[in-house]
Amino acid sequence: AQAEEWNKAAFEGKSLDDVFKALGTSTPDKSSAVTLNAPDIAENGAVVPVSVTSTLKADQIAILVEKNPSTLAAQFFLPAGTEAFVTTRIKMGQTSNVYALVKADGKWAMAVKEIKVTLGGCGG
Amino acid sequence: LSLHSNPSMAQAAANKFYDLPKYGNVHLLHFTDCHAQLQPIYFREPNVNLGIGSQAGKTPHLVGEYFLKANGIPAGTRDAHAFTYLNFTEAAKTYGQVGGFAHLATLVKQIKASRPGSLLLDGGDTWQGSGTALWTNGQDMANAALALGVDLMTAHWEMTLGEDRVMEIVNKDFKGKIEFLAQNIKTADFGDPVFPSYSIRNMNGIPVAIIGQAFPYTPIANPGYFVPNWTFGIQEENLQKTIDEVKAKGAKVVVLLSHNGMDVDLKLASRVRGLHAILGGHTHDGVPIPVKVQNAGGTTLVTNAGSNGKYLAVLDFDVKGGKPVDFRYKLMPVFSNLIPADQSMAALIQNIRKPYESRLQEVLATTDALLYRRGNFNGSFDQVILDGLMAQKNAEIAFSPGFRWGTTLLPGQNITMENLLDQTAITYPYTTVNAMTGNTIKTILEDVADNLFNPDPYYQQGGDMVRVGGLQYTIDPAASMGKRITEMRLNGKLLDADKVYKVAGWAPVSEAAKNTGGEPIWDVIARHLREIKTVKAVQLNEPAIIGVSGNPGIAPISI
Amino acid sequence: MSDPMRVRATEKDGIVDVKILMKHDMESGQRKDAAGKVVPAWFINVLNVKAQGKDVFNAQFGPAVSKDPFLNFKYKGSKGDKIVVSWVDTKDDKRTDEATAS
Ligand SMILES: [Mn+2]
Ligand SMILES: [Mn+2]
Repeated sequence: AQAEEWNKAAFEGKSLDDVFKALGTSTPDKSSAVTLNAPDIAENGAVVPVSVTSTLKADQIAILVEKNPSTLAAQFFLPAGTEAFVTTRIKMGQTSNVYALVKADGKWAMAVKEIKVTLGGCGG
Repeated sequence: LSLHSNPSMAQAAANKFYDLPKYGNVHLLHFTDCHAQLQPIYFREPNVNLGIGSQAGKTPHLVGEYFLKANGIPAGTRDAHAFTYLNFTEAAKTYGQVGGFAHLATLVKQIKASRPGSLLLDGGDTWQGSGTALWTNGQDMANAALALGVDLMTAHWEMTLGEDRVMEIVNKDFKGKIEFLAQNIKTADFGDPVFPSYSIRNMNGIPVAIIGQAFPYTPIANPGYFVPNWTFGIQEENLQKTIDEVKAKGAKVVVLLSHNGMDVDLKLASRVRGLHAILGGHTHDGVPIPVKVQNAGGTTLVTNAGSNGKYLAVLDFDVKGGKPVDFRYKLMPVFSNLIPADQSMAALIQNIRKPYESRLQEVLATTDALLYRRGNFNGSFDQVILDGLMAQKNAEIAFSPGFRWGTTLLPGQNITMENLLDQTAITYPYTTVNAMTGNTIKTILEDVADNLFNPDPYYQQGGDMVRVGGLQYTIDPAASMGKRITEMRLNGKLLDADKVYKVAGWAPVSEAAKNTGGEPIWDVIARHLREIKTVKAVQLNEPAIIGVSGNPGIAPISI
Repeated sequence: MSDPMRVRATEKDGIVDVKILMKHDMESGQRKDAAGKVVPAWFINVLNVKAQGKDVFNAQFGPAVSKDPFLNFKYKGSKGDKIVVSWVDTKDDKRTDEATAS
């Protein structure tokens, strides 16, 4: 993928498989070298902070939300000298698994975490 | 059961009950979740406090006889009354009321005098829960906390006064006196800290670090519009960094003053290294014996100190050779008639109440029944609120939030406006009447049930199940999200997924509901109580619960 | 003309930590207005960050990035680096803002 040109095919993907395909990979292996840091329960489904870090020499990072209408939320391109780290904020319509994908040495690896979107109320 | 009619005998008993020999050289006093109860009250502990999955049958998910057995408390004693619902009405008449800041103040003074250098920690939920706290915007509680000698605090319901008011109290009233700590509150834009994460205090030559942890799910459990510029969350990674930082600065004892709730704290303690203790609140569990949690850094003690001013906790560490070698912990029930009132605190409270006294004292009705709130599914005071909502709003179904605060009334007592506000005094008291489909009702019940019974504590919010009037249902707490609620029936008939039902409720968290601005709940229920004059025996609408036979977190009600 | 971004860049131990807050509604194309009509999609989809004239970060967004997008990344750099952030949205609106690493 080119950094300058919007990856239309990937962003129009309606499923994990669509996006994996558009990124030129089969389902990536889960890896402890990829860390997805995000709240367990979203404070606001419209603003969910998601942070991805990796111990790999990553040149790309992607964030996917399984149950969003468009699965791919964002894709990042990291030139040499930029750390394998990004934080952004995304929208989630409902409770879903969120995938952090990291590409290093031409291969994608990933981490998964469920983020809950709740109606709220009640309390101690 | 024994009552002392002889004052000197009573004083001797009190001295013995509160005689706590000093131990070690680091002393922390802790109270939490007093919910603005300045006066002595009754407070009945729950007979349903279910633990699901790996939490089943473990502290704090034990009730009644199970609780007594696990904690080595003999039945029929003062302590048994303090920590359980057993034989509540009769025992309450015998032992009297609990809490009250004037009595708490005397006890704090006594313990502080025996333990030079000790710190008093306030776990939060202090500025909300009474008529006077609501009407003074928390000023009464800010003044009371200063008079009590609180040194450090963290927060939850405080935030429902709004960001600006919190900052006003923190930066004006508390400046240089009470430190407000929260490692997990950041600005919503660049994620900068809003409050100090920790404070290191030198106690008898030992650097002691207190780290603050505010309620992680404040903008979810309560309206997010009160804190639009702040974010919360558990922030485990930042907590570990903070622990490492205070250790690098020389702290020999590291304690988390937490408003996470007990289950979240137990999980947190298993994952974070370097905490000697978590002094916890939010779930209102009175836990007499700290749970020792093993983690990669050693052992962390996890406690929870109950609610409503009912208890004062004392944690003593013996620090030798640069680390705690042993500890003592005591969660002391505050029995109001065993401890003389502190005169200056009593005067302060009287002054606070003076402008409001006639409003507080207005008698709305009397009750023939024991009225309480705590329990996973329903309480008799909640049932009164549900019945009032359905009657006054002409609704076939009512919802009432599963708050864990709210005091208890004995059979024969008057129900005053003050008592009603103890159940309802919040800054978003709007009543709502909505047309909901059967589907929507199911979605709501499933959502709240998952916040209570998700097997992973980090996905729990620590309240109780929404109270439901009119509608019957069956719940399987151990089932997965979306599969817990079945058999929803209205007047014996299964709910139709697509049919629309009229549902009354209160305490909506959405900004839209605020703008609609329904009649405050206390006005609706006050009207209802004035009309019915007497609350007769209360018929609790509770769900049928599946899969909990043998679970020591539930016992049949014996009022 | 769109509102300026807020960019904060701080250097520590040879690493520059860059935080960017953009101002954009990020319409997803899923939302309905008060009249029940779908609000068409309109969001930032391409972003580039240069330091001292060299690419240090590129991003592409879909409709699920939050209103007023936030980014945080880190690159090897120095105090005084001139950082230039540029975005383009799906209507080809553009915006560029600058900051200096401190
Ligand atoms: Mn509380
Ligand atoms: Mn709380």
